[in-house]
Amino acid sequence: MSSHSVENVDPSNVRLWDYDDHGHDFIGTRSIGFWLYMMSDAMIFAGLFAAHGVYVHNFAGGFTAKEVIHPLNALWPTLFILTSVLIYGFGMVALKKGSRSGVINALLLSFILGVGFLFMEWREFSELAAMGAVPQVSGFLSDFWVIVLTHAAHVFFGLLWMAVMIVQIARNGFSQNNVYRLLNLKIFWHFQAVIWVCVFTFVYLMGGI
Amino acid sequence: MLVDLQGPWSPIFGRLGLLLDVHYNNPVIFFAFQLVVVGGAIALFWLTCANRWGWLWREWLTTVDHKKIGVMYVLVGLVMLFRGFFDALMIRTQQAIAVGPDSPGVLGAAHGYLPPYHFDQVFTAHGMIMILLAVTPMLVGLMNIVVPIQIGARDMAYPYLNALGLWLTAVAAALVMIALFVGDFSHAGWVGLTPLTELPYSPGVGVDYYIWSIQIGSIGTTLGAVNLIATIIKMRAPGMTWGRLPIFSWTTLASNIIALTSFPVLGVALALLTFDRYIGTHFFTADLGGNLMMYTNLFWIWGHPEVYFVVLPAFGFLSEIIPVFSEKPIFGYVTMVLASMAIGLVSWTVWLHHFFTMGASPGVNSYFSIATMLVGIPTGVKVFNWAFTMYRGRLRFPTPMLWAMGSLFLLITGGTTGMMLSVPAINYLVHNSVFVIAHFHNMFLLIAYATFGAVTFWWPKVFGFKLDEKLGKLFFWFFTAGTLFVFIPMYTLGFMGMTRRLDYVSHTSWQPLLLLELFGIALYSLSVVFFLAQLAVSIRDREKNRVTGPDAWGTSRSLEWATHCPPPFYNFAVTPVVHDRDEWAWRREHGLISLVPDRYLDVHMPKNTAVPLLIGALSLFFGFAMIWRIWWLAGVSLLAIIVVIIIRSFDKDTDYIIPAADIERMEAEILNRGAADETSDAPIGGGAGGALASPRKRDGD
Repeated sequence: MSSHSVENVDPSNVRLWDYDDHGHDFIGTRSIGFWLYMMSDAMIFAGLFAAHGVYVHNFAGGFTAKEVIHPLNALWPTLFILTSVLIYGFGMVALKKGSRSGVINALLLSFILGVGFLFMEWREFSELAAMGAVPQVSGFLSDFWVIVLTHAAHVFFGLLWMAVMIVQIARNGFSQNNVYRLLNLKIFWHFQAVIWVCVFTFVYLMGGI
Repeated sequence: MLVDLQGPWSPIFGRLGLLLDVHYNNPVIFFAFQLVVVGGAIALFWLTCANRWGWLWREWLTTVDHKKIGVMYVLVGLVMLFRGFFDALMIRTQQAIAVGPDSPGVLGAAHGYLPPYHFDQVFTAHGMIMILLAVTPMLVGLMNIVVPIQIGARDMAYPYLNALGLWLTAVAAALVMIALFVGDFSHAGWVGLTPLTELPYSPGVGVDYYIWSIQIGSIGTTLGAVNLIATIIKMRAPGMTWGRLPIFSWTTLASNIIALTSFPVLGVALALLTFDRYIGTHFFTADLGGNLMMYTNLFWIWGHPEVYFVVLPAFGFLSEIIPVFSEKPIFGYVTMVLASMAIGLVSWTVWLHHFFTMGASPGVNSYFSIATMLVGIPTGVKVFNWAFTMYRGRLRFPTPMLWAMGSLFLLITGGTTGMMLSVPAINYLVHNSVFVIAHFHNMFLLIAYATFGAVTFWWPKVFGFKLDEKLGKLFFWFFTAGTLFVFIPMYTLGFMGMTRRLDYVSHTSWQPLLLLELFGIALYSLSVVFFLAQLAVSIRDREKNRVTGPDAWGTSRSLEWATHCPPPFYNFAVTPVVHDRDEWAWRREHGLISLVPDRYLDVHMPKNTAVPLLIGALSLFFGFAMIWRIWWLAGVSLLAIIVVIIIRSFDKDTDYIIPAADIERMEAEILNRGAADETSDAPIGGGAGGALASPRKRDGD
């Protein structure tokens, strides 16, 4: 007896093949993959925040953190993105109730708030560029621009995705594909808010005070 | 915003004007170019003459079948392995010739035949290709082929994503091959030493080739990791509990958790370097607040986990091969699983041992030294488990088992020298010497041995016939002799103080050992000839070497042997129910080896799609455009990728159902073919006998 049986199964009365069609947990399978992707995305930010720890004081005689970072400037975008996530959450409640218009309206509002967030960041960084605080000046500014704009790029692609979802829900309603995409976008959108909280805390609050 | 560049740049052609200054007079590159052109021409000629274009498109380029994708991954890996081997051959030849001030020099080199700049590109390409484009695709390919069958699934969790991962990896390989002929490659070592990789010191496109091919390829690897983890978690057959999951699937899981979490860090390191080179930021510059050791840290935070990412699947291969040819279940299954996971965990805590000489405090170096030594514990557990698996087993030594034995010996020598290197005091002495090179080649060869073993082991499962044993053994013994002759002198030279990456060796007393290494690489070259002969002969004699029955080795143990060789595209006619850790061994011992179920069911399968190939092609354009700074092309291709992804998301017609009657018909065909063979050929497959199935090699498998 060389085989190691975990349990004793009676070989004379055994079911070798699975004849019950269990179906496939489609949405669950899609969600777990997206969670895994979020893990890898989290590692990107982990790398960037580790870099931030190294570059935070490397002003190289140029602009210091206090000169370029104003936590109050970042407060409005913070409120915008957190509200956007909250409204996306209301959209998920509408999804549970099966209300197509509820989901579309929530996504639209969430989208507009996200655009507002990007608009404010664009203004902040064009001001920085106007005063000459560009990433080429010092290691600190390189890091500041890259960490905030990497987050902004994520928000941009989230908004693109949201726009596509609005069209898809309007066309196809709550098909299996659309539901799993809405759930994954929820994970993605919440994740951007969580990362922004870290950016606000570690970059803006700790840098500007 | 953009940096000022040396040399020409135009809005339409980017930096391609640089090519006008390049003179293609180097016979080495010319030889490589001829090889690629002739090889490509033969392939195109054959495809056209045999009227195979449609077949190539339908069966391979647009496929989402995990087995075919796996085969293509292994093929990419093998091609790049040859390329990397040629680079190794050039390095060894140069170092054997360019010894002492009196050594001759040809082709523009003061000594030897490779000028320093060319030599530096060769060793950079060798390192980067072998690790990222040879070993990694071969391992990912084998995981792709084996894991879904081993856990009783019909395909991966995301077949479309799987194809995308393959094509992105192929793009990385293509970019490195393009670098050989169009422009140059990085000269800064495979680790990309900063600030040497910064624009002022590497003004050409070489480093950009390096950056973009790794960046695009590692996105592919990350996607593959997501897919394999999700497959193992969600797609297991009924009864395939975590406690019954085969060890190879466990090591695949551990290894892909490493890949998923570590490749993004490499992406960050390279992206920051990209910003430095393209817009002039100061991340890794030596001035203006840059910190060049930050790159080294980020690189090795990926780099060390990467080492275990490639070694864990190799441990998985050994854990599958050794029990089959010992006719015993794996010894210490639970400790094997724990050891794999422990190695995955520890892999994150040791990166600094690659640069003890950075000058961190004794406390930091001691921490990383002890963490490195800890790796020895789970690895030791594995070695003992394999030894106890063989103890009092009914041992046979066909080629896969030989490779496994070689791998085990290499693991012990490589592990021992690794323990030496983990001591900072020793490490300061031998840092950047060829002792370190011999050590990590030793470890990578362990992976290569295990991979060759795995390819031989699973070949009959994938293609339905076995590889030739006699030539396989010649391949093994010549390869092993090559290993000994190259790396024992290299260890010795390391102790004698020879540093790595030398295009010129000043000590003439080292020449005898360098000539021994050259002899070793000649043996390696011979072994490659035997390998090619083995492939050719086995494919020629495939009818004779056909396996009858699902169990090619007669004593196979895990679930992948409970379907036909080769498996039909839906893997199992009906999803199997798992009762045991070694399900096939259990079924065999209870006489339950019939593959004919009571009734058939409809099967749900994904449709072929050309979208991953299209995205791959666009990524190739994007990568090439970024390297040569052709901004319009980069923008257009990136936009096209986004548009293609959005359009694809509107496609609802991605799956289809195969009716039960069709499955029954296809299964009957396979079984009848097996019966027909039975009358003409003696069964070669062993154990399970020929009563079951022996399908002919189908086109496309």
